[in-house]
Amino acid sequence: MCSGKIYIYTLYMVGVVGLEVHAQIQSTSKLFSGSHVRFLAPPNSLVSHFDASLPGTLPVLNRRCVEAAVLTGLALNCTINRKSLFDRKHYFYADMPAGYQITQQRVPIAVNGMLVYSHFEGRRRNQVVTKSVKIKQIQLEQDSGKSLHDDEQSQTLIDLNRAGVGLMELVMEPEMCCGEEAAAAVRELQLILQALGTCQANMAEGQLRVDANVSVHRPGEPLGVRTEVKNINSVRHLAKAIDYEIQRQMEVLQSAGKVLNETRAFDSKSGNTIPMRDKEGLQDYRFMPEPNLPPLFVYESKASVPAGVDPAQVVVIDRLSAQLPELPSVKRTRLVETYGILQEHSFTLVNEDGLMDYFENVVQTTKAEPRKVIGWVIKELMGNLNSQNLKVSQSPISPCALAELINLAESGHISSSTAKQVFQEMWKAPEKTVGQIVKEQDLWMINDKEELQKICRRIVDSHPEEVQIIRRGNKKVLNKLMGEVQRETKGRTDPVQVRAILEKMVS
Amino acid sequence: MESPTITASRSVSRRGEKRFHVEISKTGGGEVVAQGLPAWLSTLSAGPASARGPESASPQPPTRAAPNTAQTCRHLHSKVSQALRDGRVSATELCRKCIDQIQRTHYLNAFITITGETAMEQAQRADNRIRTGKPLGPLDGIPFSVKDNFCTENIKTTCASKMLKGYVPPFSATVVQKLLDQGAVLVGKTNLDEFAMGAGSTDGVFGPVRNPWSYTTLYREQSTEDPDSDWAISGGSSGGSAAAVAALSSFLALGSDTGGSTRNPGSLCGVVALKPTYGLLSRHGLIPLVNSMDVPGIMTRSVHDAATVLRILQGRDERDSTTVQAPSTPPSLPEHFDIRDICVGIPKEYHAPGLSTDTLAQWSRVAAMFEQAGARVQEVSLPHTQHSIVCYHVLCCCEVASNMARFDGLEYGHRSTIDSSTDAMYATTRHEGFNNVVRRRILSGNYFLLKSNYERYFVKAQQMRRLITEDLKNVFRSGIDVLLTPTTLSDAARYTDFIQEDNRTRSAQEDVFTQPVNMAGLPAVTVPTALSRRGLPISLQLIGQTLQDWKLLTVAHWMEQQVNFPMIHLHGDSDERKLDRSVRERTHTIGS
Repeated sequence: MCSGKIYIYTLYMVGVVGLEVHAQIQSTSKLFSGSHVRFLAPPNSLVSHFDASLPGTLPVLNRRCVEAAVLTGLALNCTINRKSLFDRKHYFYADMPAGYQITQQRVPIAVNGMLVYSHFEGRRRNQVVTKSVKIKQIQLEQDSGKSLHDDEQSQTLIDLNRAGVGLMELVMEPEMCCGEEAAAAVRELQLILQALGTCQANMAEGQLRVDANVSVHRPGEPLGVRTEVKNINSVRHLAKAIDYEIQRQMEVLQSAGKVLNETRAFDSKSGNTIPMRDKEGLQDYRFMPEPNLPPLFVYESKASVPAGVDPAQVVVIDRLSAQLPELPSVKRTRLVETYGILQEHSFTLVNEDGLMDYFENVVQTTKAEPRKVIGWVIKELMGNLNSQNLKVSQSPISPCALAELINLAESGHISSSTAKQVFQEMWKAPEKTVGQIVKEQDLWMINDKEELQKICRRIVDSHPEEVQIIRRGNKKVLNKLMGEVQRETKGRTDPVQVRAILEKMVS
Repeated sequence: MESPTITASRSVSRRGEKRFHVEISKTGGGEVVAQGLPAWLSTLSAGPASARGPESASPQPPTRAAPNTAQTCRHLHSKVSQALRDGRVSATELCRKCIDQIQRTHYLNAFITITGETAMEQAQRADNRIRTGKPLGPLDGIPFSVKDNFCTENIKTTCASKMLKGYVPPFSATVVQKLLDQGAVLVGKTNLDEFAMGAGSTDGVFGPVRNPWSYTTLYREQSTEDPDSDWAISGGSSGGSAAAVAALSSFLALGSDTGGSTRNPGSLCGVVALKPTYGLLSRHGLIPLVNSMDVPGIMTRSVHDAATVLRILQGRDERDSTTVQAPSTPPSLPEHFDIRDICVGIPKEYHAPGLSTDTLAQWSRVAAMFEQAGARVQEVSLPHTQHSIVCYHVLCCCEVASNMARFDGLEYGHRSTIDSSTDAMYATTRHEGFNNVVRRRILSGNYFLLKSNYERYFVKAQQMRRLITEDLKNVFRSGIDVLLTPTTLSDAARYTDFIQEDNRTRSAQEDVFTQPVNMAGLPAVTVPTALSRRGLPISLQLIGQTLQDWKLLTVAHWMEQQVNFPMIHLHGDSDERKLDRSVRERTHTIGS
């Protein structure tokens, strides 16, 4: 009866997505102790007295972590607070040995930033749309350890290797509307962090952890009740989880239900989000200033470092600004301008780890046009890598080998269709050179005019009907004869030459 | 200069303003009120002729001269280290004597752990160095003891709590390590209130510490009761360290001072107790009470010794980010120094209710001494001092709640056998591990830190802390060099009287004169000046400016030379043995 109404109602509902990102700082030692930071080390092998919260130990701030946060802040157009403070956030959890986490609740190191990201729209998904999301703040804080629950023996094992590793918590305002946008924003953030070297940003290894705050509402109305979705370990899952959650909330409201303010976990198997059992109900973190750490000062320039302070021992913004590497957006523009490639291709080159270097390597070692090279890299190379789920660095074909192959095709030693065939052979047998494969399979181009004439003659003679049709004026049928020649020669002929010979013969 | 009134009211939030403003506007914060000895102090002051030595200062009974045996141990470090170098005494001999003395005075319950064996080894090494003419410094071979809330590598560190019973830290506190690196010999870990929360050294799991002065002939002759029932408290929370130095079983001891925990027992046990400027000594390895106020304290039998130790312990420690570079200090305190260059402030608010006549008399006497010698003496006002205790209570509880959160039984310390769930284990572990005092402070602290209470308690207390600090700053800015105050309201209470009130009440009473200094992070030292009618020490406190510890000690040294505080003489041996047995039995029961 009222299905029409509901239809209109839902039509105007939109999702609202904000993100909280925890990025593990790439540094040799932890945020407040000298223990090393390493993924997959034996349990509890990277634990200092401070990390285990032995009484009487004190935090000592790692300058490298501060520099990483400042670099990240600068790359994300943040205001860097010249003075920031540390706080204690209290809660009891087995992998949080001190009973509190040192974080920056009141005055974080960086605020008011902006992340610019792009995603594709349109039927062929080749229209680049550029958007931005505000970064509320970046705060430095400690990571927790890990709890391993052994249900069989009903015991919990604690690994403190991760406890005290430096994290940057980035809070993105709820300005995104769907999973795809969020995924694109996170992907861009990953690239920026990797370019900066401040975080390896591998979600599967937990170096980047993303929680999504999702709600739905009708534009112009106040935001709806939000849920927090956790347990997301890839960018693809992030998009899925958010879209599922938006859909779920809309359905709840459609059926006159209420969205609960709760934490939900993404289940990658089912693609659903499910309510998480709340740890301890409503938490009051009883924040308190961290009394063992003086305020953290960073200085604009060497000149602004106060007398008596060694400039080498403090964080100077100018010095870090000068160290900022080429960021992904700048890289893409440069690629489009330098190589004349499509904008969408510049995204693929930059977004795939190592692909840009691969591409540039090939371009430098061939005489072929970069626009020809991009086809090989995007279609052939990426097609093969994707189908086998490999990274660029795992490609069996080196940039050199690909360049050699392209050169052979360019110089007319093999035809372009043969080249594609050779590419697949090279993939299967990386130990062989291009030359070897071409020779073994006898794929060199037939450039001998007499031999070509013979072959063409044979085809013309064996297709009298077609020849008649062509002679009557239907030139299209010539293509069929050309196809026959290609088949006969396994593509080892130059189509231009063949066409010329055939045209002469049938005229 | 800005008027203190304006400074005060402006830094209070709108919510706090109404409540505090009335008191603030009555008198400006921290100002000189009157020149010369205040009337209330001078009327009680003994005449200049009589202001010399304990004998002449009424109203005290004469004390006996110390016997020679005690005199040996009474030597100052410098003299002892000279004796060591000259070969007149060996480090092993000295160490043996101290350990014997610890055993002989076991009834004091000053020690939790005695490190006799390692101490003798250390002493042996010191002797080798001294014999070859390569002593490490003035402390090489000198026996010392350490409050049991400083971590000592491979030596139990309990904080007098069931929670850390049997806990052996894998590292030593920076201040302990510095003493060891100087060749000083660690003879034991001393008793305290559980986690240093108390002012009597009566609230630890190993039982109360007894004041050595209640086992002197003078005290015992006045007592009609059994030595095992009538004895005075040592003060706290560093009571064990104070008793160890007072009873001659250590030449120096480390205490910790958060609200007066070094100066209070130092005062009651008649030893010199220095609370250095906050940040001058590293807190690394000191198990915290209130991080923003804790400082390691130095207890010795002379100001000179305290200066020697300060010089060794002070300075920046990369493991404690709140430490500061020490100002350059000469090798020893100046022998000749003109007291006429000094301006002594007498804070009128310290003339507080409950101040005993004995203590007030000492205060007048010493103030008069300063004046007689040509120092300028001025009455000053510290109007916010009165709020210090309640403000301290809030800040202390908050940090305690936070600092104690790590004691969950997982990584170290006591763990309950209840393991039905992680939460149940936490709860029972903490219930079993902490005493009432600690649990109450944790509970209050968590209450104060709740989101809905934070502004009302924590923020306000911090604002008040700033006002107290400003008061003191203003006084020093006006030209005062040191403040002279009592350290405690009176001499040491009888144990049976002391425990009539709970820990919170006692801490509030006992810390009134010592606590504001911790709020402001200033240095302060207490020096014994005389014995009370009961034969117990009375001490006065000198408060100095930030990082002017050396100047403070210089003045304290002058004062010490004037007052001529007597030597301790412990009562006969036979009683000791009996007492020793009874204490051992009791601590065993309490401790198990």
